[in-house]
Amino acid sequence: MTTIDQEFETVSIDINMGPQHPSTHGVFRMVLSIDGELVVDVEPVIGYMHRGGEKLSENLDYRQGIGIQDRTDYLGNFNCEHCYVMAAEKLAGIVPTERAEYMRVICTEMNRVASHLMFMGAFGTDVGVFGTMFTYAFRDREDIQRFFEELTGERIMYNYFRVGGVAWEPQIGFDAKLTALIKRLRQGIADIDSMLTTNEVFVSRCKGVGLISAEKAIEYGLTGPMLRASGVKYDLRKDEPYSIYDRFDFDIPIGEHGDCFDRYAVRLEEMRQSLRIVEQALEQMPKTGPLMPEKMPRMLRIPASECYMRTENPRGEYGIYLVSKGGNKPYRLKMRSPSFSNLMALREMTIGEYIADAVIILGSTDIVLCEVDR
Amino acid sequence: MSYLLLGTIFDVPARWLDAIVRVGLITLWMTLLVLALTYIERKVIGRIQQRLGPTRTGPAGLFQPVADALKLLTKEDLRPRLADRWVFELAPYLVFVPVFLGFVALPYAHDWGIRFFDLGLFYILAVTSVNIVGWVMAGWGSDNKYALLGGVRAVAQMISYEIPLLLAALSIVMVSNTLDLRAIVEQQHRIPNILIQPLPAFIFLIAMLAETNRNPFDIPVAESEVVGGVTVEYSGIRWSFFQLTEYSALFIFAVLGSALFLGGYQWPAGGRIPGAFQPWYGLLITGIKAGMIIVAMIWLRATLPRMRVDQLMSFAWKVLIPLSFVQVFVTGLILVYSPWGWGLWLGLTSGALLAALFYAVKVGAQRLGMRRPREERLEAVRQLTAGRGV
Repeated sequence: MTTIDQEFETVSIDINMGPQHPSTHGVFRMVLSIDGELVVDVEPVIGYMHRGGEKLSENLDYRQGIGIQDRTDYLGNFNCEHCYVMAAEKLAGIVPTERAEYMRVICTEMNRVASHLMFMGAFGTDVGVFGTMFTYAFRDREDIQRFFEELTGERIMYNYFRVGGVAWEPQIGFDAKLTALIKRLRQGIADIDSMLTTNEVFVSRCKGVGLISAEKAIEYGLTGPMLRASGVKYDLRKDEPYSIYDRFDFDIPIGEHGDCFDRYAVRLEEMRQSLRIVEQALEQMPKTGPLMPEKMPRMLRIPASECYMRTENPRGEYGIYLVSKGGNKPYRLKMRSPSFSNLMALREMTIGEYIADAVIILGSTDIVLCEVDR
Repeated sequence: MSYLLLGTIFDVPARWLDAIVRVGLITLWMTLLVLALTYIERKVIGRIQQRLGPTRTGPAGLFQPVADALKLLTKEDLRPRLADRWVFELAPYLVFVPVFLGFVALPYAHDWGIRFFDLGLFYILAVTSVNIVGWVMAGWGSDNKYALLGGVRAVAQMISYEIPLLLAALSIVMVSNTLDLRAIVEQQHRIPNILIQPLPAFIFLIAMLAETNRNPFDIPVAESEVVGGVTVEYSGIRWSFFQLTEYSALFIFAVLGSALFLGGYQWPAGGRIPGAFQPWYGLLITGIKAGMIIVAMIWLRATLPRMRVDQLMSFAWKVLIPLSFVQVFVTGLILVYSPWGWGLWLGLTSGALLAALFYAVKVGAQRLGMRRPREERLEAVRQLTAGRGV
């Protein structure tokens, strides 16, 4: 009898997760090096959705360019539109009307709720709930989309904001419908809360997973709920109030540890705060009044100048750097998309976790691949 | 009687024909059952998720499982080019046949069952656990990394949960003093075993979920992680064997659970029904109990997130197995030494242990799912990647 005294050597294997994997949230590929269940290395591969949105915008005038913004982030369309029209207004020196400002805030905040609901559904599926989270979240998201469809005529690509204001009057019974919708959404958020937040399996799956410290988060340039979950209280709506956000009373929820559970909890609370903002906006909004300024040129021409505008999108800080050399089209338009920066921290968060964690860490970054690749 | 007639014509021993007829019966029964179970699952989950479930095919979508089965039959049977041919093609049968064999010993009512033998419980538990071999073959033979991961996960999980399952059944056997399923059921005509042994009942339920790979333990086939695990490369009829296995195993464990813990066809009032109606009554209440267990499992599937692999393993080895050993030990002590009868004492101690189980779950969830600290894991990664400059 001989004994085997040689130690067995294990090798790590590489697996391609994506671009056709059910939990990569679009066409995204992770090359995972795994040793058993342990993730040794991860390399994100992006670019499958690149459509040249920045270049396209250079060939479209300022009204047409709004459509590109819709297609940048298909979950936070209004927020992207908002950033774009504000950048153009800043360069053109146009002041939007009071009523249009309130309409914009209502739209963007409702859009934020819809986006976070989408996150809740997708995250539930990532953690392994068999579709139930998804259908509950989508019931409420569908309500918001129906409301937006009445308002804008579109379910997803709204194209409603204009440089100077918004396109047309809200639907009949706007106030009553919105109030009823907010009430329903509060109930829906409570449903999600009661289903996941106290569930032992969910808590043990999410707590302490995908940790990123506040310093690291700032180094990686994380923004939005990802940054706030690490305990940094940074929200452009409070810190650098654009539009009319200084008129509302709302809180910025922050997390403690910077794990997946905190990211989930921050987003859950943000939905409630957004509804608060919408309620206040609805109350303060003038009931009548123009939606566009009196004197708008038929074709908007912006003198040679440049500016950087940034807004707080559902996924983080969305920025537009707009350069004009005169004329009716931007000379250069650069988008700073929050998903891209958030995705870059994936490696930091995922190494040393398990495969199952890699999935929920990716889910908790709440990326939109259209926005990453633009 | 027909088989006796056939036996005289074709000169085949009657017991062989008898066996063939019984196998045919199981096949038919199992097919119908799986069709019904998939339909019920889709409807129940649909309702839980505020949907309607299938509605289009036939009245209330009743023919949906038939349509699905036909679709699966007509699909192309694909085999990856580099797959290990025999291992790949045999694996579905190795997964399926043991579960099929498990149907033989199930007691539906006093005289309703394919076969009754003295070692019925032992037989079912022994035979159904053989299909682990099939899972690992499917995982290895597919030539797919996801399938391999799924296969390894399946084996780890099924072997780990076999132990608490057996120990839970063992506690019942100690109380009943027999392995004959009919005898176990008929001893429960007054008090079902779940009152005497609540902890084994819960452990059995949990281990059953893990053995059948269902939420929250559907780790080997996790859709969002390993994309279907071992089944990822299978298509058509071979894939449907995995599906058949899943639902058949679900049913076997549901009937077994109702026989072991809920009084099977006997409790309540089984003894007081007039003789002629007894089988029908037995079938009815077995059906109700098994149905309740199945619906509970579907409910769990629709609402619970999935556990992680290490959580699953530590839950089995650090919580369930020690607790079931304690239960077996305590049961033995009480059975041998208790001077005042044992039913009440067993119920009380087992209930206390059940409370300990709930406490362990609560604390475990608070302690971040009982896993290696992050520093330790990062150190392991550093060692692995030392030579690669990562």
